[in-house]
Amino acid sequence: MEPILELRGITKRFPGVLANDHISLTLNPGEVHALLGENGAGKTTLMNILYGLYQPEEGEILVRGKKITVHSPNDAIAAGIGMVHQHFMLVPVFTVTENVMLGEETTRFGGFLDEEKAAARIHKISSQYGLEVDPNAYIKDLPVGVQQRVEIIKLLYRQADILIFDEPTAVLTPQEADKLFEIMKSLVSQGKSIIFITHKLREVLEFADRITVIRGGKVVGATTPEEATENVLATMMVGREVELIMEKEESKTGEVVLQVNDLVVADDRKQITVDGVTFEVRAGEVLGIAGVQGNGQTELVEALTGLRKTASGDILLQGTSIAHASPRSITELGCAHIPEDRQRDGLILSFPIYENLVLNTYYTPQNSKGPVIQWDQVVEKSRGLIKRFDIRTPGPFTHAGDLSGGNQQKVIVARELTRPIHLLIASQPTRGLDVGSIEYIHRQILDKRDSGVAVLLVSTELAEILTLSDRIGVMYRGKIVAVVDAKAATKEFLGLLMAGVPEEEAKKKVGPIEAQTTRERELY
Amino acid sequence: MKTTDAPTPEVEKKDAGKIFLEEVTTGGSPKGARTGSRLGQFVLIPFLAVLTGLIIGGIFIMLTDLNVYQAFSRGIGAGFSEAFRVVGASYSALFTGSIGDPVRWVTALQSGDALEIRRAFNPFLESLVASTPYIFGGLAVALGFRAGVFNIGVEGQIFVGAIFAAFAGYSIKGVPAVIHIPLALLAGALGGFLWGYIPGWLKAKTGGHEVINTIMMNFIAFRLSDWLLSGPMKAPNQFNPVSPPIEPSAVLPRFFGPPTRFHLGFFVALGVAYLVYWLLFKTTWGFNLRAVGANMFSAKYAGINVTLNIILAMSLSGALAGLAGANEVMGLNHNLAMAFSSGYGFDSIALALLGNNHPIGVVLAALLFGTLRNGATRMQIAAGVPIDIISILQAVILMFIAAPAIIRTIYRLRAPAGGDTGVTVRGWGGG
Repeated sequence: MEPILELRGITKRFPGVLANDHISLTLNPGEVHALLGENGAGKTTLMNILYGLYQPEEGEILVRGKKITVHSPNDAIAAGIGMVHQHFMLVPVFTVTENVMLGEETTRFGGFLDEEKAAARIHKISSQYGLEVDPNAYIKDLPVGVQQRVEIIKLLYRQADILIFDEPTAVLTPQEADKLFEIMKSLVSQGKSIIFITHKLREVLEFADRITVIRGGKVVGATTPEEATENVLATMMVGREVELIMEKEESKTGEVVLQVNDLVVADDRKQITVDGVTFEVRAGEVLGIAGVQGNGQTELVEALTGLRKTASGDILLQGTSIAHASPRSITELGCAHIPEDRQRDGLILSFPIYENLVLNTYYTPQNSKGPVIQWDQVVEKSRGLIKRFDIRTPGPFTHAGDLSGGNQQKVIVARELTRPIHLLIASQPTRGLDVGSIEYIHRQILDKRDSGVAVLLVSTELAEILTLSDRIGVMYRGKIVAVVDAKAATKEFLGLLMAGVPEEEAKKKVGPIEAQTTRERELY
Repeated sequence: MKTTDAPTPEVEKKDAGKIFLEEVTTGGSPKGARTGSRLGQFVLIPFLAVLTGLIIGGIFIMLTDLNVYQAFSRGIGAGFSEAFRVVGASYSALFTGSIGDPVRWVTALQSGDALEIRRAFNPFLESLVASTPYIFGGLAVALGFRAGVFNIGVEGQIFVGAIFAAFAGYSIKGVPAVIHIPLALLAGALGGFLWGYIPGWLKAKTGGHEVINTIMMNFIAFRLSDWLLSGPMKAPNQFNPVSPPIEPSAVLPRFFGPPTRFHLGFFVALGVAYLVYWLLFKTTWGFNLRAVGANMFSAKYAGINVTLNIILAMSLSGALAGLAGANEVMGLNHNLAMAFSSGYGFDSIALALLGNNHPIGVVLAALLFGTLRNGATRMQIAAGVPIDIISILQAVILMFIAAPAIIRTIYRLRAPAGGDTGVTVRGWGGG
């Protein structure tokens, strides 16, 4: 069978970096070809070349056996290549139809937009491939998963046969991701071909037909899901053995560090999103908060760290009430916070690394004499932290925005964990990170726990919750519906609780837990 | 400046504010912070923008000169030679008008005549005089931008600063200059501070956009000064609407005799520029302001009081603008007159961008603007070129600064790593 797309010896250099080193790749009609690699391995560069955003120094691109040159996305689209970007390219205040038409407007009477005709076509496409979406809805009102569907429809509308998905699940909830995979299946079954860029091993093993692994700009291996295991793929990706299952010691719990009593918090629209939550975290333990995104976790963490006002209830940090305290005083009481959105809250991207490393301690006597910040001293300390936390960067003067996601997160971790702290609140600490960085950050969190810090971990990744937690609380519609011992928890059981099934009923459904715990846990 | 392990420049969503800040946030870093390429970007682009501005200004001079058209009717060669003669004459008048005539310097120095020496060097000194309010105004805008607020109200704050300084200048009597001068300057700063505080407070507490509110505050300031000068502050025995002259003890001393007007204000401006640099880049207060300007969410996360710092940023920006007004009253006019500031505040926005919102850049840009403004008068008299050409020149320079991609295309420069970024400002509803 002739491949629909072939890349031969693609090479691309950036100043000081060989981003793609003679990469060759073939895509057969009707297959899902996964491109696996860590952040910065060169996957996105390769796809940007294919999409005409970059020009390669060497190599050629063939579509259906014919050599093509791609100088712009328009050339790519003309060749039937479409790309779903990680960050969507949609106009929020336009409707679905307007967004899909944009750039290829259907008109009548030579110049008037024919939205009805376009909407009809969109409707046809969406029913053909199972892409449910309302053509008249505004993008800004749609959840992320649906916005992504609009991106896919845009490509199908332009009759693309080769679809590139760049980290499509990074922004989705597990449910949305499952829905996306259904769509992808439906697409390939109707003759489309897909290149699927990711660094998530589970997804690759489940949905790809073939797998190509890239590391440091080179193809380091090609395999199929039948032959590969998570461990094999992880080793190929990172270039060394990776600890997928974290070894951890028994927790030695001490006194209560964080006590939350009947806490009520409202969101920006004055809706109660945290509804009477009570729990405690002790020194030396990790309490994991599991739950589907949007069940109040964000607001809970914001309330605990002083970023959001509490409506009622109390929060005690080592006996001191912090329910109405400012973020700074909470920080000074020994609370570290790894925020959910590292680029929005955790870092100032336009500031250099050394300024980000003192973002909440710049004014302390260690860093300042009176009002004068001792920058030379701060820079020196930063060099030490960059080394210690293995932040890959030319130096402390690099802007945080120029770092990869994993290294950005390491800057935050370095800042938060090198202060004397009693409580660590980590919210989605490894979202969007690659295997190597996840391993590193998990290890740092467990080290803190072992040194007697109370850890509150909020995550929508069940694997992460199960790996790190000693106890697990499940949050559903603003309430903590159950707190279970991590040893007695399975993914299935937690999944039912997250979906709102009462604890007793969930227990009945999954059967005796003890029996399957050990086996289940080995999967993580 | 990409890290070695991240060769994939992410296509990330950037709002105008982000892009603006990327362009802006260098400087103030400890030694070694700026790499050659970044420094090159920040010096080369403004330099080429100015050069291109002069070339385009030259084209406008050619197009607006009647002699050029007549010469072209005689023949192509004659036309071009006339065109270049006209441009040459205009720019040489611009130069001698703003810097001085080197030949005259030498002969004046040889003659030893003090008056003639002063006259010979007066164009240069006069350029410094014209630059002084620009330095204050540019600093005002730059400080605001660094803290994420767009102060369009500099012009109004200049007026209020001038009102306060003039009042302090003529109403306080019998104090020595050492006390009176700082006092009157502070009064000017206070006036601007208050005029900046109001839109700052409105933005922080009610979300009212500072661009709209500062524009409105400008109009209030203009009319306030008109009213004061026609009533409460009008000099008793004067027909014209001017305030009484300020006391001699409040006058910023001039260094040389007439006709030069070069006064202490220029050095005050340089001192204030250093102070702003120190505040922004060396102190915790400046860190607060810059953090709030760069990312309000992270600033809040870091425990910085966002509301307070927005108000503070607008107020301090206003205070700097107020100093510009005080400087004009105390250094040049020695009283308050109607419409004494002709657009210094608005030019300041342009020159702050030209100076990359960095105090050093602002001082350099202010010197350029002051020089152009001063030389323009001479150019009009000597070469008959309308003074508005200078406005065109400034506009073209600014346009190139705001769209560095044009300059890069013209001069075939490589875009900086991290993509093409333009100087722009936080737009509507940008927080």
